[in-house]
Amino acid sequence: MSLHAESTAVPREKVESPRVKSIKDFFRRFTKNKPAVIGFFVILFLVFLAITVSSFSRFDIIITPHDPSTVNLVDRFQGPSSEYWFGTDHMGRDIFSRIVHGMILTLGIGFVSVIMGGIIGVPLGIIAGFYGGKIDAIIMRFVDVLLAFPGILLALAIVSILGGSLINVTIAVAIYSVPGFARIVRGSTLATKKLEYIDAIRALGATDTRIIFLHVLPNVLSPIIVNATLYIATAILTAAGLSFLGLGAQPPAPEWGAMLNDGRNHLRDAGHIAFFPGLAILVVVLAFNIFGDGLRDALDPKMKN
Amino acid sequence: MLTYILRRLIQLIPVLFGVTLFVFLLMHLTPGNPAQLMAGEQAPQEVIDRIENRLGLNDPLPVQYVRFLGNVVQLDFGTSMRSNLPVMDEIRYKFFVTIELAIYSTLLSVFIGIIAGIVSAVRQYTFSDIAIMFVALFGLSMPNFWLGLMLMQWFSINLGWFPPTGWGSASQVVLPVITLGTAGAAVIARMTRSSMLEVISQDYIRTARAKGVRERVIIYRHALKNALIPVVTVLGLQFGTLLSGTVLTEQVFAINGMGRYVIDSIMARDFPAVQASIIIISVMFVFVNLIVDISYRFLNKRIDLNG
Repeated sequence: MSLHAESTAVPREKVESPRVKSIKDFFRRFTKNKPAVIGFFVILFLVFLAITVSSFSRFDIIITPHDPSTVNLVDRFQGPSSEYWFGTDHMGRDIFSRIVHGMILTLGIGFVSVIMGGIIGVPLGIIAGFYGGKIDAIIMRFVDVLLAFPGILLALAIVSILGGSLINVTIAVAIYSVPGFARIVRGSTLATKKLEYIDAIRALGATDTRIIFLHVLPNVLSPIIVNATLYIATAILTAAGLSFLGLGAQPPAPEWGAMLNDGRNHLRDAGHIAFFPGLAILVVVLAFNIFGDGLRDALDPKMKN
Repeated sequence: MLTYILRRLIQLIPVLFGVTLFVFLLMHLTPGNPAQLMAGEQAPQEVIDRIENRLGLNDPLPVQYVRFLGNVVQLDFGTSMRSNLPVMDEIRYKFFVTIELAIYSTLLSVFIGIIAGIVSAVRQYTFSDIAIMFVALFGLSMPNFWLGLMLMQWFSINLGWFPPTGWGSASQVVLPVITLGTAGAAVIARMTRSSMLEVISQDYIRTARAKGVRERVIIYRHALKNALIPVVTVLGLQFGTLLSGTVLTEQVFAINGMGRYVIDSIMARDFPAVQASIIIISVMFVFVNLIVDISYRFLNKRIDLNG
């Protein structure tokens, strides 16, 4: 009851563009959520670090004095020390360097696969929701088929066709995120299509393309963003899992899942080889999950409890 | 109810077609000739021709698909390229190991998840709530293969409490089940909490409170029943995630289940084995979801009837 009273009591004179107002509201709600803000800055920092290290060798030398791929058999299996912060692996390579250099791979797979998945999944969802009928049925049956392969299995099936490599894992994880995008976007599109103003615009002679791009898309944007963020977390976990299984990045690439796989044979005497790459995955995925949760709460206040 | 079940079963038909078609195409989209792969690199052309003829690889694709489908329906997935034994014989035992692992992990995650979720919701914004939700977020973000390795390092190698590998005895079950169940417990705890909070804020709970019903009774008798309904819907999805999560867990703990079998088969490009494993796991997942949907509907109806 009180909610309705508030929304109708907005004074008519002070008209602020509703889009500007909703963006302002979003920022106010988001910044109140401290963990989400921290998550955002952690992601920002990691992206910055990953890009700096991989593109500016001058900074790279300061941050990671040891080359990530130089084999140094004298110093193998060293525990963490001031020289090697995270210790060295079974080939004497500095684990800290490898983790920092592997960051670009992990983040890259996460972002690229989710963007690819969104590029396929979002239009599918909009078309299905907007046009309905036979097109909807066909698209959603296709989505159902993709959803019938639980979890990592679809990615595994795809990698088994394409062969194991970093690019193929990215493609596999992208396809894996398509059905999720399609479903969520379809749902929001259906809800948007029912709004009265869409009918009004159509009556004014707007074409479907115009309605979709100018009116449906902005309305389905927030679920897309929230999902994309949370999917990056899943994508990173899935890709690391595939590399752990030996189906993703191939050695000597400093991919975290592959590093974990290196470490599993040395748990007894050098547990740190497996410990640190896993911790790195945990930190990145945690940051995306907290940030994504915060985005969802801020973009969709109704969902929050 | 019966019409609902029938309708859902009919809806499954295109999905099952799609799944088998996708898996069938796996083999045919793969670069390289399957017959060549079976015969080996150096095999003379006649041998390859003979295999192609025997397996009907020269027939048009639709004909091959129909034949494939006919065999799948009879649970005949062909012979493994590695062992030359029928794939079904190889899978039969492994299948039950994986199912066992997935079921135990589901039970663990449901048990811990629901309790943690209730505690969190009832004590909203207290230390226990924040701590539980924090741990849940960790559980959700942790690669389960890493968790498995860490558990193995501490509890098997350092403390010697549990054997590090294998499956069968009670002590061998503990670590893999914790490894696999943790993420599920986290999801269910978060779900239970939010659904519980929604129910608690409803009018009928307020009425019960106003009538002086004890808090304990309100939570467990009135609120929980309704709060668990949405949780049931994620169970099917969770079971699927766990089923596929066994791939990683089995690899970590060297358990001879379907998950490890899939990976070994992919590595060896043993297509009949890959196809069989993927179809069996997916079809099972589809049916578990069907059962969950039906029971959800059933639960919902009962509550409607009870007012």
